[in-house]
Amino acid sequence: MAVPPSLRIRGLVKRFGSHVAVDGVELELVPGEFFCLLGPSGCGKSTLLRMIAGFEAPSEGIVEVGGADITALPPHRRPVNMMFQAYALFPHMSVAANIAYGLKGMPKARAVERVAELLRLVRLEGFGDRRPDTLSGGQRQRVALARAIAREPGLLLLDEPLGALDRGLREETQGELRTLQRRLGTSFVVVTHDPEEAMMLADRIGVMERGRLVQVGPPAALYRRPASRYVAGLLGDVNLIPGRLGPAGAVGTRAVVTAHGTVTAQADGVLAEGAQVVVAVRPESLVLGERGLAAVVEDATFLGDRIRRVLRLPDGTALRASGPPGGGPERGAAIRAGFAPADAVILPA
Amino acid sequence: MGAPQPNRLFARLLRLPPLLWLGAFFLLPFLVTLKISLSEPATAIPPYLPVLEWDGGLDGWSSFLESLNFTNYLTLARDDLYRAALLGSLAYAGAATAILVLIGTPIAYALARAPQRWQPLLVALVVVPFWTSFLIRIYAWIAILKQEGLLNLALLKLGVIAHPLVILNTDAAVMIGLVYAYLPFMVLPLYAVMNRLDPTLPEAAADLGAGPARVFWSVTLPLSLPGIAAGAGLCFIPMVGEFVIPDLLGGSETLMLGRVLWSEFFSNRDWPLAAAVAVLLLAIVIGPVMLFRDSLRADGEGA
Repeated sequence: MAVPPSLRIRGLVKRFGSHVAVDGVELELVPGEFFCLLGPSGCGKSTLLRMIAGFEAPSEGIVEVGGADITALPPHRRPVNMMFQAYALFPHMSVAANIAYGLKGMPKARAVERVAELLRLVRLEGFGDRRPDTLSGGQRQRVALARAIAREPGLLLLDEPLGALDRGLREETQGELRTLQRRLGTSFVVVTHDPEEAMMLADRIGVMERGRLVQVGPPAALYRRPASRYVAGLLGDVNLIPGRLGPAGAVGTRAVVTAHGTVTAQADGVLAEGAQVVVAVRPESLVLGERGLAAVVEDATFLGDRIRRVLRLPDGTALRASGPPGGGPERGAAIRAGFAPADAVILPA
Repeated sequence: MGAPQPNRLFARLLRLPPLLWLGAFFLLPFLVTLKISLSEPATAIPPYLPVLEWDGGLDGWSSFLESLNFTNYLTLARDDLYRAALLGSLAYAGAATAILVLIGTPIAYALARAPQRWQPLLVALVVVPFWTSFLIRIYAWIAILKQEGLLNLALLKLGVIAHPLVILNTDAAVMIGLVYAYLPFMVLPLYAVMNRLDPTLPEAAADLGAGPARVFWSVTLPLSLPGIAAGAGLCFIPMVGEFVIPDLLGGSETLMLGRVLWSEFFSNRDWPLAAAVAVLLLAIVIGPVMLFRDSLRADGEGA
């Protein structure tokens, strides 16, 4: 515990009138961590970010950065910087003046040097004298990034940093952002509504739902062991098979009685026997073979890197399965779809 | 996008009424004024010569045009009174505009930063004085500023002064009147620009370590310059030609072009010279209008 967490949030609540935008959020970031706040618009993730930056005062709770309580500090005294969603570049200043804005107080020669260094870092050498409105979207995004890291903050907040870029540029920039973050060693908190982006960028993802931080963990853990149907569905395609919880099985697994037979899956939560549950199985975890639920292959679509099949169960339920290209059952084949208990999770219905 | 023909015709028709309006109520009177300014005063009705005889034919026209001359403009250029009145008008209007910028900017800023739900009410309060006649409001200032007026009474009672101040009929009274009467014209365009400013820009400045004062000077104010230019133009231009305020609140030494125009017209019955002053006033005012239009256009591009 020698190094204090770069960010520590305790019991943070934000109410707007009777609406609770952020509801009791607890979070701790280790220094140098890349953290993504993921959720649909209106889930409170931007409000949470604005409370860390100081633009909104929390109704309750504490924000600590680098071990110091900053809850009462105004934005300009906080050791954090933010990259705004639409970049918020000053339109009446050159690119260099934008980047240098936060360097006030630094000796002039040193500031000029620092701006040149930052322009190099974001590959915009020679653009220092340009006005922001003469730059492309991608260039503006890099100016905003350079301006936000100019003061070498211990914590950088990024509000939908790639939201305004088109798709091709987005993927390229995701990689750059990740590389830059590793190089700087700064903790990043990125707000995004794009699950793929969150998984690509983050060391850990925090999923927000109606003001609450419902699950926090590394992308793989969230993807493989979601804690709710909401998280399971948010992070990718998932089959949800309804059933009733059976007795405990081998370590950590339980049986679920479904309309198609009894299956076994991981059970993290404490649910009473007989409770209504769903079994969540990712399409790539369905194994088509001799064991499991009887089904007919209704459709098979070749997608290059995989084949996607729609399986129809006798009662009409559809399951989606994806497998390696080449081989496997054709359309119309009667098969059985099974899965390893470790690849499926039992969730509250 | 090839707009269908009827729509284009309709668009042209829509442009017609304002043009007709300007033609009938601005261009035509202006041409009449211009003509009078090139005439000579006479003891007649109308009190100037020549008067165009519509039945005089081509000869009538040519003799009419020949008798027009620029004597009145030469008088304006040579006579110190008119030069002093012109400089006085510019000086009063300029000084009042400067004071209006200094007072109006913080007011507009406060309006733009007030809670959203209060803003309509606050803006309405800025406009409320217009519900009372302009003339009555200026007369009210006489009651406030005169020797035994409300202001002196209050200052005497508070013990701030021992003897009543002479404010009415001085330059100070004219400035008070100008600033008071034109403040809404400064505040409203400035508020409109400040209210439209992207709220994340001051936030970004604060995020980069700027305190409230630096945020204002380095971000809010520079981005509000189009509003300041618009407000200054809206105030300066009519103030140059202002007549009522210097006449009611000013002293005999308050020399402004509007007053000179009035006395030439009504006291001296020298219509041609008065018309020449009016044309000169218009020419002076056109310059700032052009600047003002440019600043508006620059603002439009930035949006």
